[in-house]
Amino acid sequence: MRWRSSTALVIVSMSVAACDNMANQPKLNPYELPFGSQINWPVRPVPHTIARGDPLNPPGPPPVSMALLERGQQRFDIYCSPCHSRLGDGNGMIVQRGFPHPPSYQSDALRNAPNQLFYDVITHGYGVMYSYADRVSPADRWAIVAYIRALQASASASLSDVPAEKRSSLQ
Amino acid sequence: MAVFGPRANLFMTATLVGSFWVGVLLIAAIWVVPLMDYNSQQRFAPDQPVPFSHKHHVSGLGLDCRYCHTSVEQSSNAGMPSTATCMTCHSQIWTNAAMLAPDRTSLAEDKPIRWTRVYGLPDYVYFDHSIHIAKGVGCTECHGAIGDMAITRKAHSLYMSWCLSCHRDPAPHLRPKDQVFNPHWRRTNSTPSPEALLVQYHIKTEALSDCGICHR
Ligand code: HEC
Ligand code: HEC
Ligand code: HEC
Ligand code: HEC
Ligand code: HEC
Ligand code: HEC
Repeated sequence: MRWRSSTALVIVSMSVAACDNMANQPKLNPYELPFGSQINWPVRPVPHTIARGDPLNPPGPPPVSMALLERGQQRFDIYCSPCHSRLGDGNGMIVQRGFPHPPSYQSDALRNAPNQLFYDVITHGYGVMYSYADRVSPADRWAIVAYIRALQASASASLSDVPAEKRSSLQ
Repeated sequence: MAVFGPRANLFMTATLVGSFWVGVLLIAAIWVVPLMDYNSQQRFAPDQPVPFSHKHHVSGLGLDCRYCHTSVEQSSNAGMPSTATCMTCHSQIWTNAAMLAPDRTSLAEDKPIRWTRVYGLPDYVYFDHSIHIAKGVGCTECHGAIGDMAITRKAHSLYMSWCLSCHRDPAPHLRPKDQVFNPHWRRTNSTPSPEALLVQYHIKTEALSDCGICHR
């Protein structure tokens, strides 16, 4: 009798231990729905609300600094250069594969356009260009605008704009 | 009555041979099977709803990882592209391709595409992308030559021994900050030495294999 109950105990405790699934705990990972949840995909923020920590009003343009331009260049190369190209002339790789040609940033219209227009195009998209608001944060949008301004300025620069000690590397 | 019957010797041999093979099988089950790619799903490439090719988009078109995996620098999770992200381009090009039909129904029905996971850790392991990116560990150190994969496959086992092999000696796996996202990076003569990078990123290896780093 004794050995029977102890065997039963061993079998039961072993099978209970096997049920304890350490690899799949009641812990929520990104993209995972709560077990048996009634929430339907896609889970979206409630309209007219903002994420915790986000500013109530979008920030205005920050003062231009070298760090801002470098951040802008990096973000521009990731998100805009596939179509607008690194020079901003609109001959990016995706355009070469058949995407409609965007206007060059060197066009008079865009040279004279206010900063806010660039910010708004990134936020809301324009024509066939989609919005980048989900991927480019407001602060990064201003950094990109500053960098586009630098691209526009550099296209009309001449050799005399370059510091004297760097000119030889261009000649 | 004899204690041992005429066939006792046979039983004895059968038992010995039998237990030998049971032992071999046990060792195989405990030691060999976990090391097999079948078990770790290494080199395993699941079917995806859309046959998305990193080779085409990353090496062919030169897209940066962050165009699609946007949160990889700030968050533990790398983030998967939304349907709208694919549509920034595919609303205009390859609009009739049958391969992209799930993308279009996803947009029309407002239901996200559910990709099949290639990499996954058990829930008791804590992992964070952002720290690895910030300390100069390139994507290809963990995800293999993803820029050449027409279908994403798992490049490493993700076993604890694999994590530890780097945490014990991360120096050879580090690269300059601007090369982290480059899927074709190679060390050249002008690259700072592994030891210099270790100092530059302020990495302290003493505590990096403590259990609490990954099991919190
Ligand atoms: C997938 C390709 C693509 C990408 C990526 C892209 N654009 Fe565009 N962009 C276009 C096209 C095409 C147009 C022209 C749209 C039209 O006329 O319908 C355009 C137009 C513009 C315009 C001109 C708007 C006007 O008033 O004429 C600006 C400014 C602009 N994009 C900025 C950006 C910035 C900044 C980024 C990066 C965050 C970006 N674009 C990324 C394709 C793209
Ligand atoms: C054009 C968008 C796009 C770009 C750019 C891109 N990816 Fe992906 N990535 C995807 C999609 C879609 C999937 C899901 C399908 C699959 O697994 O192939 C994915 C899956 C992955 C996975 C497997 C995730 C999992 O566990 O299932 C890894 C790892 C990955 N990408 C790494 C990278 C790296 C590294 C880069 C840059 C070199 C990159 N991706 C660039 C769209 C992209
Ligand atoms: C920045 C633009 C861009 C984005 C974003 C993009 N694609 Fe593409 N995709 C292309 C281009 C251009 C081609 C054609 C490739 C060629 O001509 O070499 C293509 C081709 C394809 C093809 C068929 C060709 C092949 O062999 O791979 C599939 C399938 C595809 N894309 C899926 C996707 C999915 C899924 C996403 C979203 C995760 C996505 N793409 C995001 C530009 C893009
Ligand atoms: C130190 C190793 C390591 C590095 C470096 C790394 N990854 Fe990962 N990646 C992982 C692991 C491990 C997982 C599985 C995570 C999980 O299951 O929680 C993963 C998962 C992913 C996924 C699936 C979504 C997710 O976050 O779970 C994507 C996409 C991805 N990685 C992209 C990238 C990109 C892009 C880079 C480079 C910027 C990168 N990874 C660098 C180890 C790494
Ligand atoms: C190719 C090298 C490499 C691989 C592979 C790798 N790591 Fe790391 N990991 C690092 C480096 C480098 C750091 C940064 C250490 C530091 O901050 O000093 C780090 C840091 C971490 C941290 C944060 C440590 C802290 O101080 O908070 C965690 C958590 C972590 N890794 C988990 C993992 C897990 C889990 C795996 C396996 C799935 C893994 N890592 C694989 C190189 C690697
Ligand atoms: C660098 C990250 C890392 C560190 C440090 C680490 N582990 Fe792990 N551990 C992992 C990963 C990843 C797995 C999951 C392996 C798998 O998927 O099979 C794991 C799995 C385990 C498991 C479960 C094994 C199984 O087969 O279920 C145990 C137990 C464990 N670790 C104990 C420890 C102990 C004890 C330490 C400290 C000496 C430690 N770990 C340190 C990453 C780590």
